[in-house]
Amino acid sequence: MYHRSLELTVGVFVLLGALALGFLALEVSGLAPQQADGSYRVSARFENIAGLTARAKVSAAGVTVGRVVGIRYDSGTAAAFVDLEISDRYRDFSKDTTAAILTAGLLGEKYIGLSTGGDPDPLSDGDVIFDTQSAVVLEELIGKFLLNMSAN
Amino acid sequence: MMDWVARLGRGSLDRIAVLGRATVMLAQAIFGRSQVGVSWRLTLAQVHAVGVLSLSIILVSGLFIGMVLALQGYTILVDYGSEQALGQMVALSLARELGPVVTALLFAGRAGSALTAEIGLMKATEQLASLEMIGVDPLRRVIAPRFWAGCISLPILSIIFVAIGCLGGALVGIVWLGVDAGSFWANMQSATDFGADIMNGVIKSIVFGVVVTWIAVFQGYDLEPTAAGIARATTKTVVYASLAVLGLDFFLTAVMFGEL
Repeated sequence: MYHRSLELTVGVFVLLGALALGFLALEVSGLAPQQADGSYRVSARFENIAGLTARAKVSAAGVTVGRVVGIRYDSGTAAAFVDLEISDRYRDFSKDTTAAILTAGLLGEKYIGLSTGGDPDPLSDGDVIFDTQSAVVLEELIGKFLLNMSAN
Repeated sequence: MMDWVARLGRGSLDRIAVLGRATVMLAQAIFGRSQVGVSWRLTLAQVHAVGVLSLSIILVSGLFIGMVLALQGYTILVDYGSEQALGQMVALSLARELGPVVTALLFAGRAGSALTAEIGLMKATEQLASLEMIGVDPLRRVIAPRFWAGCISLPILSIIFVAIGCLGGALVGIVWLGVDAGSFWANMQSATDFGADIMNGVIKSIVFGVVVTWIAVFQGYDLEPTAAGIARATTKTVVYASLAVLGLDFFLTAVMFGEL
């Protein structure tokens, strides 16, 4: 009988640990069960990505539709190519979709905003978005402002 | 001068010898053959002694550390108008650092010292020697179950500590200080990554579990079998284990989060 109660308390202890890990996974880190639907990849060419990182959000109309999976520098065009992974549920972006690097709040994280265009053909795997708006670099903005001030 | 150099040399040799004895003890305890059924039951009993019985102190300190983090964080964050970031601050500092480290320190004080004293008294009253006389290897019978129990218990305790700490932070942040519940949890979830933050914390606590338990059982096994010897060994367990945990934590953090 001694062994039985011992085993029970240890069992409860391990169960409690598993529950805590489940809580950490679902509630704290927001780990959602992997959706069965896949995703497709497109790239976007930016002049300047200042501060965008991998795993940043990709959103359309404020809804998260995917993530940034890779960033590379293309020395030929002297531009940055950002690989986006977009969920298969959002298939209906047009071929002439534009991408912009936006900032959440004044000093918040950088993310990519997509806005769809009027082209009837949808965006498909491997496409490259050329119509983009680069990140706003605060220093450049202040520099321009000062230049204008002195010109006046 | 020569005397001083000789003392230094003797001190170094002693340290190296201790390290060697500790490694041999661990290797013999782990790789020794034993009856599977018996050692499983012994380990279970030790998980009860070092894990289940440490649960209350872990729950209480986890809750209060989470609560105090939320309280302190709020007073600073509210100055910048970003009190919604409270959830992310509480969760990240608990999962990455405070959870594994504080749990390991408490574990060294609550369970490690008890392991040392128990094994030490067994040695002082010649129970270990008697076991050997009747053909039972004390390393496998006494040391191995305690070592495994510590390695199993500490990560579980650490996970529970982080979870209860987050709940404590939510309690103070949402219920008392009035941070919006939705943005509290949403910020926490978007900032905390399961693999990079929570699992790295668990890996830390596994490393701490091995080190703390190893130090505790070795200090018990290697002590001078007198009353004063047991007292010294218990002190050493807590001091060495705490220093090892803090030092290793810096190293692990540098590797995991410092982009070394």
